[in-house]
Amino acid sequence: MADPTQWVKHVELYVNSSSTAAQQEASVDAIANLLKNDLLTLEALVREMEMYLTTTDSIIRSRGILLLAELLTQLRSKRLNDASIESLIGFFTERLADWKALRGAIVGCLSLLRRKSHVGVVTDDKVKAVVQSYLQNLQVQSLGQHDRKLCFQLMECLLDRYPAAVRDLGDNLIYGICEAIDGERDPQCLMLSFRIVEILAGLFPGPSGPLADFAGDLFGILGCYFPIHFTHPKEEDVDVKREELSRALMLTYASTPLFAPFSIPLLLEKLSSSLPLTKVESFKYLSYCTSKYGVDRMAEHFETLWSSVKDATYVSPQTNLSTEVGFMSEMGFQDSDIMKQAFVLLQELVQQSNGSFISLILDDEDIKIFMNSLNQYEDFDNIPIDIRQRLHAVGRIISVCVNTSIASCNKVFESFFPLLMTYLGLSVAEPHENSCLAEDYNPPGRLNFGALYLCVEVLSACRYLVGSDELTPIPDFANQTWCVMLHNVSKSLATVFVSLLRSNVAENSQNAYICYGVKGLQNLAMFPGSLLAVSKSTYDSILLKLMSVVTSDINKTFLWTLAMNALVEIGSFLDKCPDSERLSSYESIVVEKIFSLISSDDLTMPVSLKLQAAFEIGATGINFMLRVVEGLDEAISATLSAVYAHGNRKSVEPTIKLLEYYSNKVLPWFHKSGGSEEIPLNFALSIWDKIENNRSFNLDSLENELLDATMMAMKQAVGSCSEGSQEKIINKALGVLLSSNCLEWMKSISGNTQSEVEGLQQIHKLDSFAIRDEWITSLIASIVIALCPQTYIQNGKFILQFFITTLLNGHVPSAQALGSLVNKLPLKITGTPLSKNLCLDEAVDMIFHSCIWTSYNGSTYERGSSEIDLSSLRLCSLSPESDKIHATIGLAWIGKGLLMRGHEKVKDITMTLLNCMISDGDRGSLPNSKHPSLVCNDEDLHHQLMKSAADAFHIIMSDSESCLNKRYHATIRPLYKQRFSNTVMPILSTLMLKYDSPSIRSMLCRAIAYVVSDTPLTAILSEAKKLIPLLLDCLSMMVEDITNKEIIYSVLLVISGILVDKNGQDAVAENAHSIVNQLIELTTYPHMMVIRETAVQCLVAVSELPHTRIYPLRTQVLRAMLKALDDPKWVVRQEAVRCRQAWASIASRSLHF
Amino acid sequence: MVSGLINANPIVYGKKDHRARTAPVQVDEYAAEPIDQQEIFDHIRDIKDPEHPYSLEDLKVITEDAIEVDDKKSRVRVTFTPTVEHCSMATVIGLCLRVKLIRCLPRRYKVDIRVAPGTHATEAAVNKQLNDKERLAAALENPNLVDMVDECLVPSYE
Repeated sequence: MADPTQWVKHVELYVNSSSTAAQQEASVDAIANLLKNDLLTLEALVREMEMYLTTTDSIIRSRGILLLAELLTQLRSKRLNDASIESLIGFFTERLADWKALRGAIVGCLSLLRRKSHVGVVTDDKVKAVVQSYLQNLQVQSLGQHDRKLCFQLMECLLDRYPAAVRDLGDNLIYGICEAIDGERDPQCLMLSFRIVEILAGLFPGPSGPLADFAGDLFGILGCYFPIHFTHPKEEDVDVKREELSRALMLTYASTPLFAPFSIPLLLEKLSSSLPLTKVESFKYLSYCTSKYGVDRMAEHFETLWSSVKDATYVSPQTNLSTEVGFMSEMGFQDSDIMKQAFVLLQELVQQSNGSFISLILDDEDIKIFMNSLNQYEDFDNIPIDIRQRLHAVGRIISVCVNTSIASCNKVFESFFPLLMTYLGLSVAEPHENSCLAEDYNPPGRLNFGALYLCVEVLSACRYLVGSDELTPIPDFANQTWCVMLHNVSKSLATVFVSLLRSNVAENSQNAYICYGVKGLQNLAMFPGSLLAVSKSTYDSILLKLMSVVTSDINKTFLWTLAMNALVEIGSFLDKCPDSERLSSYESIVVEKIFSLISSDDLTMPVSLKLQAAFEIGATGINFMLRVVEGLDEAISATLSAVYAHGNRKSVEPTIKLLEYYSNKVLPWFHKSGGSEEIPLNFALSIWDKIENNRSFNLDSLENELLDATMMAMKQAVGSCSEGSQEKIINKALGVLLSSNCLEWMKSISGNTQSEVEGLQQIHKLDSFAIRDEWITSLIASIVIALCPQTYIQNGKFILQFFITTLLNGHVPSAQALGSLVNKLPLKITGTPLSKNLCLDEAVDMIFHSCIWTSYNGSTYERGSSEIDLSSLRLCSLSPESDKIHATIGLAWIGKGLLMRGHEKVKDITMTLLNCMISDGDRGSLPNSKHPSLVCNDEDLHHQLMKSAADAFHIIMSDSESCLNKRYHATIRPLYKQRFSNTVMPILSTLMLKYDSPSIRSMLCRAIAYVVSDTPLTAILSEAKKLIPLLLDCLSMMVEDITNKEIIYSVLLVISGILVDKNGQDAVAENAHSIVNQLIELTTYPHMMVIRETAVQCLVAVSELPHTRIYPLRTQVLRAMLKALDDPKWVVRQEAVRCRQAWASIASRSLHF
Repeated sequence: MVSGLINANPIVYGKKDHRARTAPVQVDEYAAEPIDQQEIFDHIRDIKDPEHPYSLEDLKVITEDAIEVDDKKSRVRVTFTPTVEHCSMATVIGLCLRVKLIRCLPRRYKVDIRVAPGTHATEAAVNKQLNDKERLAAALENPNLVDMVDECLVPSYE
């Protein structure tokens, strides 16, 4: 047992009105813990607290009771014995009368009543006592907001948890609730009171129960809340939204049919309000009430309801003409919210009423007159806008009736369909062979647009009815009246629609006809075949027509797009509801046509359109796509052979397009839809077949675009294959490689170390390998780039050696492939070690000790055995500088690969690159026996070498699209950029201090800029103090050269990142002066607008720094801004205005004008 | 200063959307974009009316058409329309316009502010006052007036 002195002080703290809320909370927690752990019993506590609970000082008493109540709330899940519960609830019930200390009593009752049954609950008798005391003592509306809320919570809890106990109270209870909620205004309390009425209505459902007598009074209280409308636009009670409150009220209205006599008239009356919101709400409430009250209650209001719906939709419709392009002359109306809700109500009424409501609509005089008057508006252009709106409304009303139920659909067909058909010149009677319209039927004059529109609307509503019905068992549609009628006319109807598409005039007014012609065809084609509504021959002719549009009407963009969309819709419908007969028709007519379209080299249809059509149709179903891809494969293979074998320049362009489509659309689609990897595998293999079979390439080396597209497709294809397939592809490729000429000169290098220098020369003299060899090399590189880490590469060493050789020829993809190789190779070979297998360490050794880097081993640099001694290459007069440039690029990619997997050897590569950059200094001491003019050229080359070494840092740090990314399965260690930057930046900055030569310094700057701009900002911020001076040096060094603008921009972005960050600002403050000077210089940088813009923005950020630092700079900045205000570009001027204001306002208000 | 509002209940017309400057896809880095009507209008549209919490655009005191610019000759003329004829705030509005434009335009510009003909009782006097250098300088030495102007200009910088 806890020592009383220990916890009594908590009680005192709580009761003391001068202690803070946090202290009080803590003391409640402390006592509750004692109680929970049985260190203190409830009895002991109550006994000890007696004084606080019964004192005549109402403040202390109320605090005391509240403490007890709060403690009980905390103990909600602790079991208490019945006796204590009984005495406690008795106490709180009695205290309800004590209005001065009410809150504690309510909280106490609530927490006791909310207890779960397994921890002890209040008995029904006691509950009854609580309710009686509640009704007798509480004057809810005279309490404050929080207390009212608690009161309502208590009542809700009583009704919800103890319905049996409270039900007996009958009239008293209802009366009490009426009194409690009358006049409530607070949103939170209203939510609760609505809920209370809702539960109450569930408690007394009978028409003769106590609620029946009070329904009028109760609704009198609720009625005045409709519609919920917040007068204060700024919602102060963010916790209760208008929508929530409105929904709660709606549930209350619909909670019992007893409210119907009061609520329906009210809602109907509110429909005439001028406030749009009220109308929307009324329709919403009416629909909901209709579904809840049942049809009997609503029947008497049917006529009023219909007239109000008609009023909102037909008589004074509120539609907006949709502004979408392409619908200008079409019926592109968008329903307002009112209309939408009215249609929802209409649907609900039709559904509930079992036919009585629908006849009201069908017999409506206005609608009838309108239908009969359709003849007046034959030509679309002559239909005035208000009639179009009416047409739209009638269309919507009819389609709502049609798609609600089969019975209503039949009725609509019976009364309207024959009329519509007559307008279109058709008859719904049983068709005779000779009464069918001829295939090339042309409508006499203009077709009745109104009838056409309604007809299409009805068709799409029917389709919706058929499609959406989740009725089980599926009703026998085929024998329904509407279906029979439709069956009789479908063929002629299709003919009419087709005739609309045939019109030769491409004028604007035709668009509406064309649009509805296509829509009609699409709807006809999307009835399930089992329905028998549309025969197979009709279906086929529809598809044929649409297909002929797609293949021949390429110039009519509008029609073409519509037809294409229709075909896609039909296709995806088939994919959803497969139907063997329809499927075979679709395949033979549409898919096969598309297939022959792509595989033929018929150029009447542009390739891009062909491909678009092919892909869109294919995307509707996997089987279609497979077929389409087959066509694509054939096309690619045909054009590739044309290019390879005959050097057909004309085929190059389409081939590139085909390949791009393949890699951008088709392969990602398969990847997304989880399709088989057969497709990419076969694609890759077939390309290799092509290359294998064409021994000589009849190509200009200029066709680089084609090679790029092929490489891209190859990478994509390989990347989406599994390891097994990747192995197949690489083996195939190796086979081709081994049988090619590439091997001839490979042998001369890899075999003999003595003749390596000569070998090197030899490659170089070859100028470039034959075009076919270049293709093979590039494509193998693409494969290697996209391989998975797990893929086993046969003959790995050979490939490695091969790439090293080609790399020195300036082949960048080889360098990327090497990078990918070292990035993904396994650390160790498991299983039987074969001499030809490759693991990482071995590969790295091979690369580092490869003959190319170490042509002279007696070098002066002795840093470590494994370091690549590129610098020694300099001594080798036989190897030209350009080779070293290529080698540097290779090193960059290899370094990137190693860095991304976190391999330590990347350090050696970095050191080599750094040495390369600073090699200028000792250059003068070299023995130089060359002719002066050669030296000059050499000087230039050497500069380029240094530059490429600096650019290597760009390669290492930046993300690449073409290799070493997620898509190509690269191994990526998290935070690798950060790690690299952390190691290399200190080295670079010390080198900056060490060297004075401007050329070296500019290279170092370049490297620093690259590293910094790709480092995550968080890593830079911690180093900001050291980095800022460096970055400023970089900027001042690089502004001279116009080619550096991109780098300058990225450095500037880093600086602006530092400037806007809180931590960065502290670091910046010391250097404010030099930063501002540099930024001011950049505000006049002539070659790139974004640099000027960003510089000005940075100056704005600088103005946020502490006054003491920046005040002296003020005049300088303002003067610069005067210049920036006259910048040739608008954006910069705009920023200059902001900047000027920012700087002017940090000082006195006297701006100098 | 003024006991009651001069125009207690002005008509609020609402504002146009800020027209977004659409950059062409391939921008010529070196092509100049001369200062035009829209740019000037963007500078002054959000200036607050001295009396009401509405912008000058809201009240149609200024419109885009009432601005004449000649970038080559470095001239700009803004013609504004006071909401009521006897509006004593006309000079303050004119002052705001001038101060804002001086702050936003390059120094080479000559700014000319005028009341639209026939919209103000003492049109000539106001025009003279607004374009008189000496009086302008004097007005900006008056701290009360400068505070007032600065307050009106605050929304135009956002």
